[in-house]
Amino acid sequence: MSLNSSRRVFLKSSALAGLVFGAAPRSLMRSVYASGTGTRRKTMVVIFKRGACDGLNTVIPYADPGYAKGRPSIAIPAPGGGRQGAALDLDGHFGLHPALDELLPLYKQGQLGIVHAVGSPDLTRSHFDAQDFMESGTPGIKSTADGWMNRCSGSLGTTDSKFRAVALTKTLPQILRGSSKAVALARLDDFQVHEDIEMSEGRGMALGRRGRRRRELEGPVAETSPSPKGTPSESSSAFERLYADAANDLLGNAGRETFEAIEALQAADPTKYAPRTGVTYPRGRLGDSMKQMAQLIKADLGVELAFVDVGGWDHHTAEGSSTGQLANLLRQLGGSMAAFHRDLGDSMNDVVVMTMTEFGRTVRENGNRGTDHGHGGVSFVLGGPVKGGRVYGRFPKLSEENLFEGRDLPVTTDFRDLTAEVLARHMGLADLKSVFPNYEIKPSSFPGILKS
Amino acid sequence: MTKRASRSRSALATAVALQLAFGGSTPAVNASPGVPSDDAAVIHVLSRLTFGVKPGDVDRVRQAGLGAWVDAQLGPATSEDKALAGRLAGIETLSMSTAELREKYEIPPNVRQAIQRVRAEREAGMEKAKAKKEPGATDDAGATNDDDSPMARRAEREEMMKRFPEMARIEGRPQQVIFDLQAAKVLRAVYAERQLEELMVDFWFNHFNVFARKGPIEYMVGEYERTIRANALGKFEDLLVATAKSPAMLFYLDNWQSTDPNFDPRALRAQQGGRNRRPGAGERGPAPRRPGRPGETMEPAGMGRPAEADTAMTSPQPPRRTFGINENYARELMELHTLGVDGGYTQADVVEVAKAFTGWTILGEGPGGPRQNKESRFSFEEARHVKGDKKVLGVTVKNGGEKEGLEILRRLAAHPKTAAFVAGKLVRRFVADAPPASLVQRAAATFEKTGGDIRETLRVVVTSEEFLGTSFRAAKVKTPLEFVVSSLRATSAEVRNARDLSTRISDMGMPLYLQQPPTGYKDSAEEWISTSALLERMNFALDLSAGRVRGVRLDVSKLGGSTATLELVAAQLLPGGLSEKSKKTLEDEVSKPGGEPTRVVGLVLGSPEFQRR
Repeated sequence: MSLNSSRRVFLKSSALAGLVFGAAPRSLMRSVYASGTGTRRKTMVVIFKRGACDGLNTVIPYADPGYAKGRPSIAIPAPGGGRQGAALDLDGHFGLHPALDELLPLYKQGQLGIVHAVGSPDLTRSHFDAQDFMESGTPGIKSTADGWMNRCSGSLGTTDSKFRAVALTKTLPQILRGSSKAVALARLDDFQVHEDIEMSEGRGMALGRRGRRRRELEGPVAETSPSPKGTPSESSSAFERLYADAANDLLGNAGRETFEAIEALQAADPTKYAPRTGVTYPRGRLGDSMKQMAQLIKADLGVELAFVDVGGWDHHTAEGSSTGQLANLLRQLGGSMAAFHRDLGDSMNDVVVMTMTEFGRTVRENGNRGTDHGHGGVSFVLGGPVKGGRVYGRFPKLSEENLFEGRDLPVTTDFRDLTAEVLARHMGLADLKSVFPNYEIKPSSFPGILKS
Repeated sequence: MTKRASRSRSALATAVALQLAFGGSTPAVNASPGVPSDDAAVIHVLSRLTFGVKPGDVDRVRQAGLGAWVDAQLGPATSEDKALAGRLAGIETLSMSTAELREKYEIPPNVRQAIQRVRAEREAGMEKAKAKKEPGATDDAGATNDDDSPMARRAEREEMMKRFPEMARIEGRPQQVIFDLQAAKVLRAVYAERQLEELMVDFWFNHFNVFARKGPIEYMVGEYERTIRANALGKFEDLLVATAKSPAMLFYLDNWQSTDPNFDPRALRAQQGGRNRRPGAGERGPAPRRPGRPGETMEPAGMGRPAEADTAMTSPQPPRRTFGINENYARELMELHTLGVDGGYTQADVVEVAKAFTGWTILGEGPGGPRQNKESRFSFEEARHVKGDKKVLGVTVKNGGEKEGLEILRRLAAHPKTAAFVAGKLVRRFVADAPPASLVQRAAATFEKTGGDIRETLRVVVTSEEFLGTSFRAAKVKTPLEFVVSSLRATSAEVRNARDLSTRISDMGMPLYLQQPPTGYKDSAEEWISTSALLERMNFALDLSAGRVRGVRLDVSKLGGSTATLELVAAQLLPGGLSEKSKKTLEDEVSKPGGEPTRVVGLVLGSPEFQRR
């Protein structure tokens, strides 16, 4: 093709692009955003790191002299030179914390993208306020009672699934609270009203419970319980009736949702989906939760918005560097995400995992080999639809004048822009106004981390 | 007392003759519509000012008179609670000081690191997994990431004993201290006579929350809670100062390390002079260098050191590092303990307050700080303190060492925003999630007028129309602790061992003493009501009634036996009454073959009505 015509082709398509992102009608916007127009359900998984994860020791800007200068005892060594515990090079400027080695291949394969200096525009340094703002999706406004993930649920249209919105937590976090149904699920293999079986020693109860349930699923129970106690289904249905008749308030509604969820779970039986051969989730709560999340997704329960949190990131003292407190948590995080990715295999084409944290931490270490509350932090975005292998966002040089209040990495990407991109382009959500009220969602502000 | 309240008191007195339900053979509350339910008022007050109504409680209160009962609960203790003391007597760790607990239970950090390494190697060998967590980091009541099988523990202990002879003095299991604290809390809630005091200890502990798994705090919690108990109904300022000086809080919010950046450890040594203390806090300053082995680098304490280096009795000496002011306590002091997040303080105030509290530390820091030295008492160290005047909330606090912090605490305690904040929390706890504004104002006014008298402020709340009246009946959803304890009280359960109870409370979302952030647990229904938590509650209710909760015995015959009517059972458990629909559902259950009170008890305890107070 001649140079002229190729240039003309280029201009033509960019003009079209301008048209689409400009005044296109809603329907057109929706189909442009959604990657793939198939009816396969899309899932978004949010991992919230509570306590303010130190982004600068997670994705290390080793090439910037300001980094090591500010952290004499906790800086991660730059890659190369055979140094022990060195950062794992990503792109010549940034490196991954060595404990995140399981994420490196995913980065290189283009499945993992990173956004640096992302966070909330609100200037609070309070964990609790900042977490509230990030969960409510309305930074600065304390009166918001619900969460953005719940509002998404409302905007995704109708579904039969009881598990559209699920948190693998004991109580429902604010991010999922609101008018749409959401299920808090601590353990998949124990989400039911107990059966009336005799308690044997030690772990007998758990075994008995599972054993009995299996028999029930296989067919009518041949033996009748010798005890005068009620059968399991009777207690369960009695409770179901009690809550069915309860007032239309938080308690009554939660009760009703519980029994709907129990039924759906028993029908789908997600615990029969063992992790793929060779996949081992790290021990601990996060690994456990990600494993169960994978089971829920494999069981085709209609999970679209999933949430898990992990705490312990508030390292004011003895943060550690290549090893230590932060490293231990990162190892769990990286291991869990990598295992999840491997476990889901091809299904990852419909899944995007996004990490969040309420803010980052100070560029300079404090007097206790730790860091204090900062601003800009790091988000990982993992999945088939991700344009990985890159660090997105605008990362300033770490000189005094560039730092917020002379101490913090500033926020150059609003977390709502990153989240909106995932919701719009991956989940196919057109109405983002209700998800992030008081905020103008502009595609031009998207980091561009997803394949379009 | 308001007119309304005094009227209901006399009405109650006359209603004595008409008494029903508890233990008697007359039908349940609300059986006769039209009769003023002052009985209901008594029950309502009891369900708010105790951890749950017990059979016989209404009779007792009737005898004393409701007002007198409330006065007694508010007033100072007049006699020892021997029964409760008896129940707690068997829990050895409860009577031990921090120093004793650390001596007997705490594994030194170098040993702990070695254990971590050994476990990591074992895991890497077994599973080829790289996952490694610090022992005891995060997670719920007792549930850590450690391999907990008895054989593994024994093998590990033997190995550690060989390498570290000082392990010989460790007598107890590492989890024991927290287990005991949790058990004691449950036992007190179930059995204490002074119920309101227990509620207030719970309230203040949550307000001044600490996380028991951070560092050595678990050994400090016992003393911390005793301090809180001593001040729970006294003056707020006393309570505030007590928490500010407590090792638990000093460690939790890092203030023990907060130091003047210009700190010179030699000055501290000079100050400590003949007190034969080890030079310098381990985390700071140029420590005397150990003769290093060739090729060995001086890594900071806590990093992966070669195993041979761990034979030292103390933490490895760190290289020289800088000292700094830590803002954590200053911020939470104003945001969470006194003024509240909208209290009008600025970042500058936080810095100034932090400066004032430099030097407020834990006594006898040896190398490695309080982790090494077991005494763990408050100490003000002049050498660590930032000198000079401070400007806090527009007021100058003159240079004065320890007095600066005390003055700031006094000002904060007396601040109107503090009165409003504390009053708001009290009204929220005792009345409703959306605290009625005028009551909050009245309570705040009393708080200010009485110089922060908690007892008098509470009196305003519990004698108010809002509290005693019908507008906010059953408005609060019980927390997991309140739910479990009220179940035990309602059924007159016998608790031999509270371990399983603590675990279940944790599974409902409330691991005792293990709430990580300083905000403590949020006092609102949304916090506790979710599908998962509700399921836990229903299952607990069934398990309790069927005798499946380990360590707890239920005498179902006390609940009326097999001839009991549903109404009687329900009345004993749910004095507030069941809804008509619930009654119908349960009647159907009772009339089924096998519908014994046992199961009905479980259903009532797990019902929506029983989740409220």
